[in-house]
Amino acid sequence: MKIFVCVKQVPAVAEVRIDPKTNTLVREGIPSIMNPYDKNAIELALTIKEEREAEVIAISMGPPQASEVLREALAMGVDKAFLLTDKAFAGADTLATSYTLSLAIKNILKESRDKKEYLVILGAQAIDGDTGQVGPELAEELKIPQITYVQKFELKQEKIVVERVFRKEEVVIIEAKLPALLSVLKEINNPRHPTLSGIVDAYSKKDVVILSANELKPNKRKIGLNGSMTEVWKIFIPERKEDQIIIKGTNEEIAQELCRNLRNDKIL
Amino acid sequence: MDFALNEQQKMLRKITREFAEEYLAPVAEESDKNSKLDEKAFQKMKEMNYFGTCIPEEYGGAGLHDDTISTSIITEEIGRVDASWSITTGVHCSVCAYPIYKFGTEDQRQRFLIDLAKGNKVGAFCLTEANAGSDAGGVQLGAVKDGDEWILNGSKIFATNGGISKTLLVVAKTGEKGSRKELTIFIVDTDTLGYSVGVKEDKLGVRASNTSELVFQDVHVPQENILGKTGEGFKLSMKILDFGRISIAAQCVGLGQAALEASIKYSNERVQFGQPIGRFQGIQWKIADMACAVESGRLLTYKAAYMCDNGMDYGLASAMAKLVASEAAMKAAHSAVQIHGGYGLMKAYAVERYFRDAKMGEIYEGTSEIQRLVIANQLLRRGASIL
Amino acid sequence: MSIFIDDELCTGCGNCVENCVFSGVEIIDDKAIITENCAFCGACLDVCPVNAILIESEEFKGDKIDLSQYRGVWVIAEHYQNIIHPVAFQLLGKGAELAKELEVNLTFVILGADFDDQLDKISLYGPDQIIYIKSPILKHYYSDLYVEALTDLINENKPEIILIGATPTGRDFAPRIAKRLNAGLTADCTGLEIDQNTRNLLQTRPTFGGTLMATILTPNSRPQMATVRPGIFQSPEKMKKNTEIKKIEYNFKEKDLVSKIVKVIDREKSTINLEEAEIIVAGGRGVGSKENFKMIEELAEVLGAELGGSRVTVELNWLDQDRQIGQTGKTVSPKLYIACGISGAIQHLVGMQNSEIIVAINKDRKAPIFKVAHYGIIGDLHEIVPVLIEEIKKIKNEE
Repeated sequence: MKIFVCVKQVPAVAEVRIDPKTNTLVREGIPSIMNPYDKNAIELALTIKEEREAEVIAISMGPPQASEVLREALAMGVDKAFLLTDKAFAGADTLATSYTLSLAIKNILKESRDKKEYLVILGAQAIDGDTGQVGPELAEELKIPQITYVQKFELKQEKIVVERVFRKEEVVIIEAKLPALLSVLKEINNPRHPTLSGIVDAYSKKDVVILSANELKPNKRKIGLNGSMTEVWKIFIPERKEDQIIIKGTNEEIAQELCRNLRNDKIL
Repeated sequence: MDFALNEQQKMLRKITREFAEEYLAPVAEESDKNSKLDEKAFQKMKEMNYFGTCIPEEYGGAGLHDDTISTSIITEEIGRVDASWSITTGVHCSVCAYPIYKFGTEDQRQRFLIDLAKGNKVGAFCLTEANAGSDAGGVQLGAVKDGDEWILNGSKIFATNGGISKTLLVVAKTGEKGSRKELTIFIVDTDTLGYSVGVKEDKLGVRASNTSELVFQDVHVPQENILGKTGEGFKLSMKILDFGRISIAAQCVGLGQAALEASIKYSNERVQFGQPIGRFQGIQWKIADMACAVESGRLLTYKAAYMCDNGMDYGLASAMAKLVASEAAMKAAHSAVQIHGGYGLMKAYAVERYFRDAKMGEIYEGTSEIQRLVIANQLLRRGASIL
Repeated sequence: MSIFIDDELCTGCGNCVENCVFSGVEIIDDKAIITENCAFCGACLDVCPVNAILIESEEFKGDKIDLSQYRGVWVIAEHYQNIIHPVAFQLLGKGAELAKELEVNLTFVILGADFDDQLDKISLYGPDQIIYIKSPILKHYYSDLYVEALTDLINENKPEIILIGATPTGRDFAPRIAKRLNAGLTADCTGLEIDQNTRNLLQTRPTFGGTLMATILTPNSRPQMATVRPGIFQSPEKMKKNTEIKKIEYNFKEKDLVSKIVKVIDREKSTINLEEAEIIVAGGRGVGSKENFKMIEELAEVLGAELGGSRVTVELNWLDQDRQIGQTGKTVSPKLYIACGISGAIQHLVGMQNSEIIVAINKDRKAPIFKVAHYGIIGDLHEIVPVLIEEIKKIKNEE
């Protein structure tokens, strides 16, 4: 059985900040990391592989530098890794990205015998875009069922049984047949660190295979900027409060002044 | 000359750092206080292969035996978080497991490396005795031949990992020719009658690392357990120590780095006299000096590693690396405590532990004085062009 | 596809550099050069006085849809245990504004089994039309059924804007529908506006963890779809309205289901409702301990406020997870938000910066929370909060 895991290289957004003097993004020292949710996705795939015969394949669409996260996936234990990279893919929104990923998956499945039983796993969302859209859109491209926000997973014979979170007080157990697509929450598992031998193997025994537009032969109107229906019109820094009042004085004075202001604002 | 690290080395650094911060950092203070390595961390270190760095994959190791730069990076990253851990795995890998791989027979490799690689058995190198510290030739623990066995009698002190080891490399005296002692290295399995662990030392620094006295009373060791040949003990010990020096240097680089990072953070945050203290030149000079020292230690360590991996004579390089890196760590830790002011004297701040751990580095695995002798002897004999 | 600066037109004025947040363009030898940091956002194009910057891509060929055929603003609701999620009503509030500006109808869409007796109540929130897709099987949410029924409905009725709650449910079916229709979808919008000239919906959302805001358009596709988090917009005042009701009885059969619901695990329903609260008192790391939270609770009590906290307070077990406010917690927009000992990291601000009035109490004058606070108090909350509680009690007694 083949298990595809889609991973993404993202900036460590927790450390992203604006330089107030130049009003630009501070880029130095912000590392690029594997999207944290993707690690949970890889861990799930590897856990399934430990229980039954499966080939785990990691795929990522991105610039050449994204091969770093694919190496990390290989070091964790993933069997094969593919980087979809091409100038033509750049500027893609989730529609174009999901299309491109689907081409790679279809391409890889074409060469295999068991086209029917496969699983696609993604993290619930990427911490830079935060949309969570690529999963469902990819499922639609592949015409397979999707189950998002999965916190627990079980593989029984030829069907999967998962716990999906709707809200804190509503968790639903859903069954589906393969092939299917899942997006997983952090709660589902604790991703393993690559071991040292895993890292050595990732560089000596395994490789990241590059797939460009030449290999994937996409419909040019569906990739990159062309295939993107959403456009960024502008990006700006959220405004800071201009008219702020700092209240000073003794504790009593502060309390009184604050209450006076809140009464004026008709809150109290 | 390419100073860049390759992709694999960068990933090893990144993953080891992340791992160390997640599993070793939270328990470092507690381990130091209790003079004991944390159990859960121990398990994780084994799972991650940190006990098998210098062992080939065929014996269950990580396969970095030919890549000393990589193993140095790993030791550095562990040392940055907990020096006790880096000396534990450092000694286990570089002066016990690696010598068995490098100088042992295939039979010895099969018998010992697999358990060492998994960390199921911890290794140690036992040279130092009550009367043989810097004067390694003063070894008195004797081994006497009896049929196809040897009987060991004597004791070793200050054995790193001694009290938790199952596999030891023991340097014993097997003969005497006039004033010259004939030394031989024996691989000893501690599950042997007559072996016992004596005093566990309560130390100034690297407290969680086990340092113990080991006692041998009529311990029988088979002939097949001699590493190399009878009488080769001194020569092999020197080679083993050359290699081990790179590991200890790497550990000191990590420790110095930690002291530097703590100092930078504190200097940017601590406000006195209306500004962060990092704005004052006195602090700035200290930071600059620390950084230069640590970076020098790092470069010498990597160079020694490079020479080792490329089959070059690296004894001089590793002595220089150990000397500079250990003194850099001490300097950095000392400055770090000073920069932290009163807080640097409190156990709640890690720099206090760095200071104690760094002092150890200037003495064990060959004191700074011995390193200076080694360096000077080489230069005086062969001239400065060997640099 | 590439971005391209015409050397001959470029005057080196530097407008582009000033407006680029990504350091994606720089001036070298008096000419603008694109750097590798360019994010293709196009901000520089807009400000170049000589139009020297071009984004070159293949002409959008064929498949150009007739945008004028698409009219109307839709809100698609979700429900559980037969209760409609309040976000749908909040979206009716915003939807009404958008519909008014576009001079089109506002439609409320609900898929369910048993909503006949709720339709009157829904019409009080002001939609011009309610479309109710009815089927016994829709008692629960099914991904594939929602996608199928809604795609058909959308293709038939051609709305120009569709608003959906950014909940695990909404975020499940919205993208699949978008893909099926090849329509642009923007997630987690915090701002929605109409560009009068083009009728385009300007969709604003936080990006890069909230450090930056992005405004997104979908000029070439319809419908324009957006998901919005609960608590961003407000439900409208209830009103009397003549709402057209359109009931469609769909015939889904069991075998249409691709995935099957085996069991619903109902946990204790939370009575904490931060998203609808008018006043929230929240504590952060600065509170110091679970003990100390008692004074924060007391402040909440005297104000009749809901209690909340930043992520670290939940991780340290000082508060229940239900009370977490922030990027990975709840988004709130109360009239008054009092932040005690909260530093104001981006991940927290994203969850509360829409509050009408923000009061911040923190020892650290440099804490980022002061960037968004209307009233800032630099001091020790352990000293100020008790005094504040007394003062408020005094005021309440006077009333």
